[in-house]
Amino acid sequence: MITTIVLPWVGGAFAVALLLAFYRLLRGPALVDRVLALDTLYVNALALLIVFGIVLDDPVFFEAALLIAVFGFVGTVAAARYLRRGSVVE
Amino acid sequence: MSTMPLWLDAAVAALLVAGAAFALVGAWGLAKLGDFMKRLHGPTKASTLGIGLSLLASMAWFAWQGGWTGREFLVTLFVFLTAPVSAHLLVKAAMRSEPSATPPPRPER
Repeated sequence: MITTIVLPWVGGAFAVALLLAFYRLLRGPALVDRVLALDTLYVNALALLIVFGIVLDDPVFFEAALLIAVFGFVGTVAAARYLRRGSVVE
Repeated sequence: MSTMPLWLDAAVAALLVAGAAFALVGAWGLAKLGDFMKRLHGPTKASTLGIGLSLLASMAWFAWQGGWTGREFLVTLFVFLTAPVSAHLLVKAAMRSEPSATPPPRPER
């Protein structure tokens, strides 16, 4: 099967993307860069979870992917609001 | 499991490879480009497209297995709705923290 041959490489590509985002998270000069790197990090982790779901043939990983999507978005919004206003909730 | 038709197998593999390539390019742009406003392009566009393609592949895979429940579609919808919103908020935060990041003024006529 083509998919089973391709799957390790796809997982590896997402892992490299995670590492690149992590590099920007450690390096990034401004705080906004770090928040953007965290945003990329959670998006790539979500994709990696989906690839794991295909590898293990288990649809339960989608619950985790949905949770990561929701909490990642909330975290990014909270951090951006904090950087902009100095507080998250007025 | 081994009786998956060749065209569907090839389609799932192609979608996965394309998605991984787009996500990799997006993260590479995030790490490589020199300015925050340039860096924002990679994750917001390329990575979102990459994850959309991977989710499409996953939808096709689980639809063929018979276990399609629509959760992949929910994840896709949520990511595609929230990625522009978070990018917009990040740009606003960047414009506050460094005023030099504001767009150039409108040219005189």
